[in-house]
Amino acid sequence: MPAVQETIDRVRSIDVDQYKYGFVTEIESDKAPKGLNEDVIRFISEKKGEPEWMLEWRLEAYRRWLTMAEPTWARVSYPQIEFNELYYYSAPKNTPGPKSLDEVDPELLATYEKLGIPLREQEILAGVEPKNRVAVDAVFDSVSVVTTFKEELKKAGVIFCSISEALREHPELVRKYLGSVVPVSDNFYATLNSAVFSDGSFVYVPEGVRCPMELSTYFRINEQNTGQFERTLIIAEKGAYVSYLEGCTAPQRDENQLHAAVVELIAHDDAEIKYSTVQNWYPGDKNGKGGIYNFVTKRGDCRGRNSKISWTQVETGSAITWKYPSCILRGDNSRGEFYSIAVSNGHQQIDSGTKMIHLGKNTSSRIISKGISAGKSENTYRGLVSAHRKATNARNFTQCDSLLIGQDCGAHTVPYMESKNSTAVFEHEATTSKISDDQMFYCQQRGLSEEEAVALIVNGFVKDVIQQLPMEFAVEAQKLISISLEGSVG
Amino acid sequence: MNMETRSLKTSAETELASLFDGAREQLAGSDAVIKLREQAFSAFDERGLPHRRVEEYKYSDVRAKLKSASKLVAAGSNAEAKSALEAVETYGDLERYRIVINNGRLMAELSDIEALKGEGVTVSNLNAALADAQDEADGLLNVPSIAAADPMIMLNTALVLGGAVVSVGEGTEVSRPIEIVYTASTAGARYTRCRIELGKRAQATILESFEDNTAEAEGNAVSDFVIGDEARLTLARVVTGEAVHVSSVLMNIGGSAEVKAIGFNMGTDFARTQSFVTFSGEHSNASLYGITMVREKQHSDHTLVVDHKVPNCESRERFKAVIDDFAEGVFQGKIIVRPHAQKTDGQMMTQALLLSEDASMSNKPELEIFADDVQCAHGATSGQIDEDLLFYLRARGIPEAQAKMLLVLAFLAEAVEEMEDEGIVSALEGRIRNWLSVEE
Repeated sequence: MPAVQETIDRVRSIDVDQYKYGFVTEIESDKAPKGLNEDVIRFISEKKGEPEWMLEWRLEAYRRWLTMAEPTWARVSYPQIEFNELYYYSAPKNTPGPKSLDEVDPELLATYEKLGIPLREQEILAGVEPKNRVAVDAVFDSVSVVTTFKEELKKAGVIFCSISEALREHPELVRKYLGSVVPVSDNFYATLNSAVFSDGSFVYVPEGVRCPMELSTYFRINEQNTGQFERTLIIAEKGAYVSYLEGCTAPQRDENQLHAAVVELIAHDDAEIKYSTVQNWYPGDKNGKGGIYNFVTKRGDCRGRNSKISWTQVETGSAITWKYPSCILRGDNSRGEFYSIAVSNGHQQIDSGTKMIHLGKNTSSRIISKGISAGKSENTYRGLVSAHRKATNARNFTQCDSLLIGQDCGAHTVPYMESKNSTAVFEHEATTSKISDDQMFYCQQRGLSEEEAVALIVNGFVKDVIQQLPMEFAVEAQKLISISLEGSVG
Repeated sequence: MNMETRSLKTSAETELASLFDGAREQLAGSDAVIKLREQAFSAFDERGLPHRRVEEYKYSDVRAKLKSASKLVAAGSNAEAKSALEAVETYGDLERYRIVINNGRLMAELSDIEALKGEGVTVSNLNAALADAQDEADGLLNVPSIAAADPMIMLNTALVLGGAVVSVGEGTEVSRPIEIVYTASTAGARYTRCRIELGKRAQATILESFEDNTAEAEGNAVSDFVIGDEARLTLARVVTGEAVHVSSVLMNIGGSAEVKAIGFNMGTDFARTQSFVTFSGEHSNASLYGITMVREKQHSDHTLVVDHKVPNCESRERFKAVIDDFAEGVFQGKIIVRPHAQKTDGQMMTQALLLSEDASMSNKPELEIFADDVQCAHGATSGQIDEDLLFYLRARGIPEAQAKMLLVLAFLAEAVEEMEDEGIVSALEGRIRNWLSVEE
C-alpha cells in the first residue's frame, strides 16, 4: 500500500533542499599540500607529533593501499574519485592544544553555537536538567578543537580525548588496540584511513566503571576539497559501560567531498558499549550536485564473555553512504545489536547494513533496519549474519522494512545468512504481520487495529534506544521514528 | 577486496576451449546458429568458469569443483538408452507421456511423439530446428536479460548437443503429464536444451527428471519455457544422481497465465538449479517451490531471479532445505520489481533444517524494488529440529529416529503439497521417504 500523507510530509520536511547546516565558516586554515604521497603522510604525522612506530604504521598502510583497487560491489554509482586532488589535512590555524576555551578562535565557537553544539561547560551546567550533560569532542576538518568535561571524566578514570592526544599521552593503549578490530588492510577505504587519519576520538573506560555521562563527538567538514579521515577507538574494560554518539554536518558545496572514517570498538568481559550516530552530512542539492561521500568502516569486537555492543544509526545525510557497522561476537554469551533508520531523498544513494559474526557460544544478535526512500534516491540494506562452526546456540533475529515514496526511487534488500552450526537459529523477516504474535494479540485485544499495534510495538521498541540519545540529537531522530510502518514493504 | 586480474586459465577452462574447437564439426546448426555459438563461447571464455568472486556464484564455486572438463558424450544407441531408462523411477506408475533424452540427444523411438501429436502437442528434435534456423537462431537459443551474464548458460549455448522442442497448441489441454527424462548411458558431458511452448489458453503438466546414474557425468541443461496468455503450466523437476549438474530454467510468462513449479535437488554431488522467471504480461501469477535434500559432502544450490516487468502480477516462492552430514545448502533468491510494475505482490520464504553438526546453509533472499505501490516480503529461517515437537512425538511412544523422519517429512511436505496434483504430490513424497529411509 502507498505511504500515508503524514509520512510523506514528514519526509519532505527533511528534504535535501532544507539542509540547515550548509553554511561555511570563514576561518584561516593550515593545510597539507594537495595530493597523497609519503611526504604528505610524514607531514601529517609530524604535525601531530606522533611516535616513530605510528609513522611506520601509516606508511605501511599507504603502501598497501597503493596495491588495492576501489570496491565496486556496492549498489552506488559515482564518478571516479581523484585521490590526488584532495587535501588530506586541514586544521584551523592557531589551534594546537588551546589551554582553555578562551583561546579557541571565536569564529569556531560561533560555528558550533550555530550548530547547536554546547562547548561551554558552564552553559550546560546551567541547563535545566543537569543529568543530561554530554561531554563533547569537536572535530573541525582534520583536528579536534576541544574536548569538554575532561576533568570530571578523569576523576571517574575515563579517558576521553582526541586520538592524537591519546597517541601522545597513552601510546601503549593506542598501540595495543589500534587496528586490532579493523586491520590495516581490511578494505580500500579503511587502509586509506589508516594511512592518513588525522583525528577522532579515543575513549578508554577502566574496569568496573560506568561512564558518568554521554560522550559525544561532533564532526564538521568546513574546508573545500578536503577529505575527512577520522579514527575512533573505544575500549571498555571488564564490566565497564559507555554510551557514545557522533554527529556530522558539512557546508553546502558544489563538489563532492570524501569522508572515510574507521571506528573500532572493543568490549571486554561483561562490558557494554552503545554507539549512536546521527549522520547529517550535506547530501547534495536537489539535482544531485555536491554532497559528501561517506565511506565508513565501523566494527565492534565483543571480545569478552557477556559483552554487548549496540549500534544505533540515523542516516539522513550524505550523497553516498557506504557503511556497515558490524559486531564480531567472539566472547561466549556476547550480544550484538543494530538499529538503523536510513532516509534517502533527492539523488542520495545509501548502501548500508550490518554484519553479525557469531563465533562464541550462546551469542545473540538483533538487527532492526528501516529504510525510507523518496525522490530519486536508492536505498539498499545489505547485511550478513553468519554462525561459525563452533557458535553453538547462536541466535539472530533480523527485520528490515523499507518504504518507498514516489515512483523514481528504489529500495533493495540484500541479506546474507550463513549458518555452519545446526544449533544456530536464524530468523529473518521482512513482513509486518509476524512480529511476536503474543504482543500483537495483547494490543489487538485492547482494541488497537493491526496496523496501530504493529506501529506501537516497533516504535516502542526503537524508541527505547533512541530515547537514550541526548536532546540535541534526539529531535531529528524522533521525527524519523514517528514515521509509521504503514505501507512498508519487505 | 583486492581483485587480482586473472590471466591464467584453469585446466578445465583450457580443456573447454579445445573441446569447443574440436567439436565444431559435430555441433548442429545453420550458419546463424554457429555464429551464436561462437559468440556465446567467446563471452564465456572471457569470464571463465564462475567462482566465489562472482556474486551470483558466491556459494557455489564451479571453478573449484570442476577440476577438469569431460569430453562431450557420444550418442547412445536405443538399447543403451532403454536400459538407462529402466533405472529411472521418479514417477513410479503415474500415467504419463514420455520424451526421452539420452546422452543429450532426443530418442524419438523411445518417446511418445505420435500419441502426443494426437493430443495437439508437437515434439521435434532441437538439432533439426537448429539446422534450419535463420537469424538469431529463430529465438531457439534466446536468453532473457536477467540471465544474460550467466557463464554456464553461455557454455550451454555454445556446446548444446541436442534436446527437444515441445509445443502445446493454442487452447490444448493435455490429458496426462508429459515427462521429459534426461538419462546418461555413458560418461561424458551433456549439454542439453529443451524449449517448451504453451500456446494461448493451453494447459499442460510437465515433469522433468534428471537421472544421472553415471558417476562422471556432467550435466548442463537449459529448459526454456514460453508461456502464452491465459495458459496454465504445472512443472515438477527432480535432479538426482552422482554428477555435477547445473540446470537453468528460463521462463517467460504471458498475461493472465498461471504457473506452479517445484524443483527437487537431491542426492547430487554438486547441483545448482537456477531459475530466471520473467513476467511479461499483466495479471499472471507464479508459485515457485524448491526442495533440497543433501547429505555426505553434497552441495545443492537453488538460485532464483523473478523479474516483475509489468504491473499486477503475483509471485510466491517457498524453498525448503534439509541438510545432513557435511553437506551444504544454498538458496539465493531475488525479486526484482521494475519501475511502474505497480501492485506487484511478491512473497519469498526460505527455510532450512540442519540435521547434523557440520551441515551448513547459506541464504540470500534479495529484494530489488523500484515501484512504490507494491507488496513484497521475504523471510528466512535456519535451525535444527524443534526439540519440543520431537519430545511430543517421543512421549507418544514413537522412536527418536522415526519421529525425526516424520518431522522432516512434514517440513518438506509443506512445500510439496502446494502442488495440489495428487499424483505428483504422492510421487514426490515417495522420493522424500526413500531419501529419508537411507539415512538409517
